[in-house]
Amino acid sequence: MSVDILLLGLAGVLASAGPVIFAAIGEAISERAGVINLSMNGMILLSAMGGFAAALATGSVVAGFAAGAAIGGAVAAVVAFSSITLKQSQVAVGFVLTLLCRDLSYFLGNPIMGQPGPRISMAPIPLLEGIPVLGPLFFRQDAMTYLSFVLIAAAWLFIYRTRPGLVLRGVGEKPAAAYARGANVGGLRYLYTILGGAIAGLAGPMYSLSIKAGWKGTISGLDGIGWIALAITIFGGWSPIKVALGAYLFAFLQWLGLVLQSALPGVPSQVLQVAPFPLMILTLLFVNLGNAEWVSNALARLPEKPRRALARLLRAMNAKPPAALGTPFEKD
Amino acid sequence: MSDSRALKPLFQGAAVVLALGLTTLVLLATKAPPLAAYVNIARGAVGTVSVALDVLVAWVPLLLVTSGLLVTFTVGLWNIGIEGQITFGAIFATWALRSFQGGAASGAIDPALAIALSVLAGMAGGALWAMLVGALKTFGGVNEIFGGLGLNYVATALNLWLIFGPWKRPGVASMSGTVPFDKALWLPTINEQSRFAPIAVVLALVAIAVVFALIQGTYFGLRLKAVGKNPKAAYLLGIPTWQYTMASFAICGILAGLAGAVQVTSVYHRLIPSISSGYGYMGLMVSMLVNFSAAVAAPVALFFAALNVGSIQLPITLKLDSSLAGVLQGTLVLFVILAEGARMRFMKKGGRKA
Repeated sequence: MSVDILLLGLAGVLASAGPVIFAAIGEAISERAGVINLSMNGMILLSAMGGFAAALATGSVVAGFAAGAAIGGAVAAVVAFSSITLKQSQVAVGFVLTLLCRDLSYFLGNPIMGQPGPRISMAPIPLLEGIPVLGPLFFRQDAMTYLSFVLIAAAWLFIYRTRPGLVLRGVGEKPAAAYARGANVGGLRYLYTILGGAIAGLAGPMYSLSIKAGWKGTISGLDGIGWIALAITIFGGWSPIKVALGAYLFAFLQWLGLVLQSALPGVPSQVLQVAPFPLMILTLLFVNLGNAEWVSNALARLPEKPRRALARLLRAMNAKPPAALGTPFEKD
Repeated sequence: MSDSRALKPLFQGAAVVLALGLTTLVLLATKAPPLAAYVNIARGAVGTVSVALDVLVAWVPLLLVTSGLLVTFTVGLWNIGIEGQITFGAIFATWALRSFQGGAASGAIDPALAIALSVLAGMAGGALWAMLVGALKTFGGVNEIFGGLGLNYVATALNLWLIFGPWKRPGVASMSGTVPFDKALWLPTINEQSRFAPIAVVLALVAIAVVFALIQGTYFGLRLKAVGKNPKAAYLLGIPTWQYTMASFAICGILAGLAGAVQVTSVYHRLIPSISSGYGYMGLMVSMLVNFSAAVAAPVALFFAALNVGSIQLPITLKLDSSLAGVLQGTLVLFVILAEGARMRFMKKGGRKA
């Protein structure tokens, strides 16, 4: 019996990681092309509100997800236009957009606050759901969670195993070389920033139509998710599989926090709620430690054997961003 | 060159018109009367002496954090952790005020001295939290945006834990905050009802003037600018870049901590859950809008403070969410950035043709 409860909890972890996977893989695609879309945190709020409003108006969850993707794509298009065409700071525009989208979601969402609305339904896959352990984990989910599984594989295959994926990486690593080989650097950056934004835009409706159904304004509990997704993109080294692992780890720790909260009543709930954020800092510290000068100096003083082992460990954890990330491309 | 100067106001004017246009569309989308909303905000900000003073009360922390952020921006840093630094300043100041409470009541310590020491404690708290972001950046390679954000959430949690735990009101803990301090420990205001403390306004004006002089008129400021423009070149020229990075975080943290301390001693007279009130993020917006220059920061911060205070009544009078102020501020900054990019592009094209 307790095994069933554990499986149910873990299935919930897989589902609740879904939106973070959409957001972080969308961001990874955008950053692979060289564009940081820092608007993620506010954009998820706006797409959650907009997706819920669209689903409420039409009665269709599909319309809700379409609205979420459209909002994500539109916000990303502003980032793309200002950074690619107008050569403005990506961080500045992204940060303004994250605050603007948040306030827009609170303002526009005011009339539909707290209203009951449609929800996405569970879609167990016949036959497969009967498999012991794997069935309840992977095949008794809703359609969007299945889509999140597909996205991990599809994004990985696209980036590492197809020719357009190779060009995408080239545009973010060595835009000049990609341009010399005939790639339309500006156009491709537009394409992948908007595509990445649209994928990330699905994260909002996944909350408002499923995981945290409805729109509750400032107490929706979604503020912060976008920043976590941005950090997971770095933690995952811009690779879809590692990014997904980061998202699952995050969701697992959140679930563990909930379980611990009932087991340890002495620990204030506020402490466990923000636990992901110090963890975010720590993971970023680990993946960046190998780049620090004092670390390599300290390593050099160690004897041969531990030095090699430590260096290998640091290199394995090290995350290296696309070389041209955040820099505009000049043709001449 | 004279052409570009003449064109700048034109592009900035267009940005303001576009921002107002988009905000009006947002209002129309919710079937709200735009004109009535704008009149409401204006009346809420300058309609009576009391609300006009409230604008000044909001101006103080905003101008303090903007002054600090201009220092970190000079070094090219995005100190998004500013919210946490305000909160930490407020926590440290509250801790000091609570410790002095008994002494001030029995006459063991002069209340004015107690307030001054508490404000200093707040500045130290802000600096501490800011230097943690700086240390993560310089020694751990953690980007200051993520380090700062993470620490913002940690500071908020610590604040809530204090309010609901060790510092809770006798009986029941609540979202209304800790027990108010003795009146003797309040920063003097112009009268009993008002939250307007003239000393706080002076502090904010001194802060922006000092930052302006520091960046424009000192060797230290010149070196800060050098680190911001090209850290590698600055390092090769013998400027210890990491020390300048840490110093800029410390200065920003001191001013953010001062803002937090002012909020607890003169505005709320206690520690409340959302003590930073979003002033840190708003300060980042003001810095972007003034193009990171201290010269016009004070009036722009005053305008932003007026929008915020002016929109407080919107939920009551027009049943609109007060986040409209944020929408207006956000669209304004966004279009000013876009207009600047458009102007540069336009000039470059013109230059090529000539």
